[in-house]
Amino acid sequence: MSQHDHAHEDSAAIAHHHDIHSELPSDPALRVKALESLLTEKGLVDPATVDAWVETYESRIGPRNGAKVVAKAWVDPDYKRRLLSDATKAIGELDMLGNQGQHMVALVNTPEIHNLVVCTLCSCYPLPVLGLPPVWYKSAPYRSRAVLDPRGVLKEFGLELPEHVKIRVWDSTAEVRYLVVPERPAGTERLSEEQLAALVTRDSMIGVAKVKA
Amino acid sequence: MNSIHDMGGMHGLGAVRAEPNEPPFHEKWEGRAGGIVEVMTFPENFPGDRFRYLRETLRPDLYLTQSYYEQWLYVAEQILLEAGMISAEELRDGRAGPSAAKRNDAMRADAVWGFLHDRAHTGRKLAEGPRFAIGQRVRARNMQPDGHTRLPRYARGKTGIVTRHHGGHVLPDAHAHWQGPAPQHLYTVRFTARELWGEAANPRDRVNLDLWESYLEPA
Repeated sequence: MSQHDHAHEDSAAIAHHHDIHSELPSDPALRVKALESLLTEKGLVDPATVDAWVETYESRIGPRNGAKVVAKAWVDPDYKRRLLSDATKAIGELDMLGNQGQHMVALVNTPEIHNLVVCTLCSCYPLPVLGLPPVWYKSAPYRSRAVLDPRGVLKEFGLELPEHVKIRVWDSTAEVRYLVVPERPAGTERLSEEQLAALVTRDSMIGVAKVKA
Repeated sequence: MNSIHDMGGMHGLGAVRAEPNEPPFHEKWEGRAGGIVEVMTFPENFPGDRFRYLRETLRPDLYLTQSYYEQWLYVAEQILLEAGMISAEELRDGRAGPSAAKRNDAMRADAVWGFLHDRAHTGRKLAEGPRFAIGQRVRARNMQPDGHTRLPRYARGKTGIVTRHHGGHVLPDAHAHWQGPAPQHLYTVRFTARELWGEAANPRDRVNLDLWESYLEPA
C-alpha cells in the first residue's frame, strides 16, 4: 500500500471515533477528571506522576533556564562561539537539554538583524530552555501572521523595528528548536552574569521583545 | 493534510493578545490534561509524530475554538481508543468496563525528571550523503498529501536557498502513520519574504523552514 493510501485509510479510521468525543462533557475540567479517573482505574496513569509533571513545569523548567544561557553568552565570548557553532552541545554544558530541546540552534539578534521564532503548524517550542509556551505563542493569530506580517505582529508587542532592520523568521517545522539571543542592553557593563540573567525575558528569547536595562 | 492547523499566512484570525506574567497553567485542569497526555502509558512503539497528526485530525471548527489543552485531551483519548487501550464506553462512563484488566506499569513520579531530561532524539545516521549542498537553490515541491506533513502550504512551489544541513532525521510523513522512521536528510531552507508573499513584502525579510529532502527539488 502506498503512503497515500495508508494515510487515507488512517484518516477514515480516526473519523470513526469522532462521535464519541462529542458525547463527552463540554466542560474540560469534567472531561479531564473523567479521563484521569478512568486511566487511574486501568493502571494507565499514576496521579502522583501527573502531579510531578505539573510541578516540574511550574518550578523546575522555565525561561530562567534560557536566561542563564543568554547571560553566559553575553559575558563569555568563548561560550557564545560554542553556542553559535553547536547550541545543543553548549546548552548541554549547562545541563538544560531534554524533551523538545534535543536539536538546538541559537540565533543572535543585532542592531541589523532581528530573529523571530514561530511554529505555524502546531506549537513547537524549546521546552528545556523556555518551559511551556505562552497561550499567545500557540494561538491562531500569532501562528498565522508571524510569517506573513512579522513587522505587524511585533508592533502588537510594542516593538517597532526600523525599515532597514532585516527580519529573519524561523518556522519550527522539524525537531530543530530555536533560541534567540537578544541584544545586550546598553548600560549593563557592570552587571554580573546573574544580574544580567534576571533582565532576560521569555519574550526576548522568542524574538518578540528586546531586553531592557 | 490541508487543514486548519496549517495556518501560516492566513488573515482574519485576530490580533495577538499577550498576557503579562502568564502562569504555566491558568486552571488546575490544564495541568492535569498536560500531565496525563505526557506521562500516561502509551501504546507500544507509539511514534511521536502521530501525536501532532492526531491533533490535525480535530474538526477544523473545534481546532479554532477549543483551547490548547482541550485539544491535547482529544489527542490522548484518540491515542488510547485507536490502540484499544480504552473503549468508547469506558470513556463515556469514566469507569473501566467489568472485564477490564488493570495494568501495573504506569510511569512513577520519580521517573518524570529522567523522562523529560533524557528523551530520545530524532537524528539518524544515513548511509547516503545529502542530495543538496549548502548554498544550493531548491524548490519546495507542490504536493498535497492527505496525511501528515511538515511542509506548510505557504512554502509549496516556492524557491529558496539551503542554509544548513542537519543530517538525517525521522520523516514525520511516514512515522505519523506507523510506517517506521524512514529517515531523510533535513535542511534549513531560507526563502525571501517576497518569494513567499509577493512584491508588497519587505525586500530585506526572510523566512526559514526546516525541510526534509523529499520535500525539495533542485531549482
